[in-house]
Amino acid sequence: MSTVSCPECAAELTLEKGTETGEIIVCSDCGVDLEVISLEPAKVQLAPREEEDWGE
Amino acid sequence: MQRRLKIGVLFSRVRVEEKWIFGALEKRGIDYDRLDDRAIHFDLNDTAPWQGYDVVLERSLSYNSGLYALRLLNAFGVPTVNTATVAEVCGDKLMTSAALARDGVPQPHNATAFTPEAALEAIEAFGYPVVLKPVVGSWGRLLAKINDRDAAEAVLEHKSTLGSVQHSVFYIQEYIEKPGRDIRAIVIGDCVLTAMYRKSEHWITNTARGGEGELCPITPEIEGLCLRAAKSVGGGVLAVDLVEHPEKGLVVNEINHTMEFHTMQPVSGIDIAGEIVDYAISVAREYA
Repeated sequence: MSTVSCPECAAELTLEKGTETGEIIVCSDCGVDLEVISLEPAKVQLAPREEEDWGE
Repeated sequence: MQRRLKIGVLFSRVRVEEKWIFGALEKRGIDYDRLDDRAIHFDLNDTAPWQGYDVVLERSLSYNSGLYALRLLNAFGVPTVNTATVAEVCGDKLMTSAALARDGVPQPHNATAFTPEAALEAIEAFGYPVVLKPVVGSWGRLLAKINDRDAAEAVLEHKSTLGSVQHSVFYIQEYIEKPGRDIRAIVIGDCVLTAMYRKSEHWITNTARGGEGELCPITPEIEGLCLRAAKSVGGGVLAVDLVEHPEKGLVVNEINHTMEFHTMQPVSGIDIAGEIVDYAISVAREYA
């Protein structure tokens, strides 16, 4: 299990098995969206804000 | 012996849908690349790296990035799911409405205008309430239900003053008193795979806005309408949104070309990601 520190609130988060690079996780402490940018070593950064042309 | 296929998956974020798609590709033993649209670049003098793909499946969150990538790939002769033409039509509500109108597919009454004054005149001709929608956008964002002239004047001024130039393409739609739900159907090729009611007390029923999903039986009417709608916009992998109009019956409200299905897959029990991958493989084989 990899652990990362939330860049917003410094909470210690554990990446679940099967987590992928590029996946968005939510900090369980402060609720901010985080993007997993690397698995080895495990790294996250604040996820980009929703843009106007984003959608399905 | 068939040549081993190479598939590209263009994405912005790995949502659960992308995880399911990657999983489906791996389960089928397909050689594929993950193409992050924030990291790739296209050298127009060297298109060979892209021509190595038998098909590219587009799953971008950004409409602009996805659309331009598809245009380039199609220009390079690379098949895509969906095609750039389909993305052009489905990503723009006005273009979708124009295609449906051309083909006589039932849809809500729509109008468009390019200045606040002309838009107000069109709105007054509709009568209140009406709905104003951005031509590009998703997840039910920036929809406005306009109940009277005061609100119309205010919203039109705000859109023309504060919005990007695209917000000055005013897309006006009749307000439909729907029965607390709409219907989303997944169409892949010439098959309506599954359909779901999206229920909400709010007039915006998108599941992205809190609407709940419930399986909807695919009646011959739903199937026929969805297939006509899909054909009208060019076909492929599509989500057709239907509304039950109190006078007109079922009408096509929107068609999405990079749909999310995190609610539909568990609700329907259908492996939608697997079906998308199988369709992409069939497109690749068609052009191989």
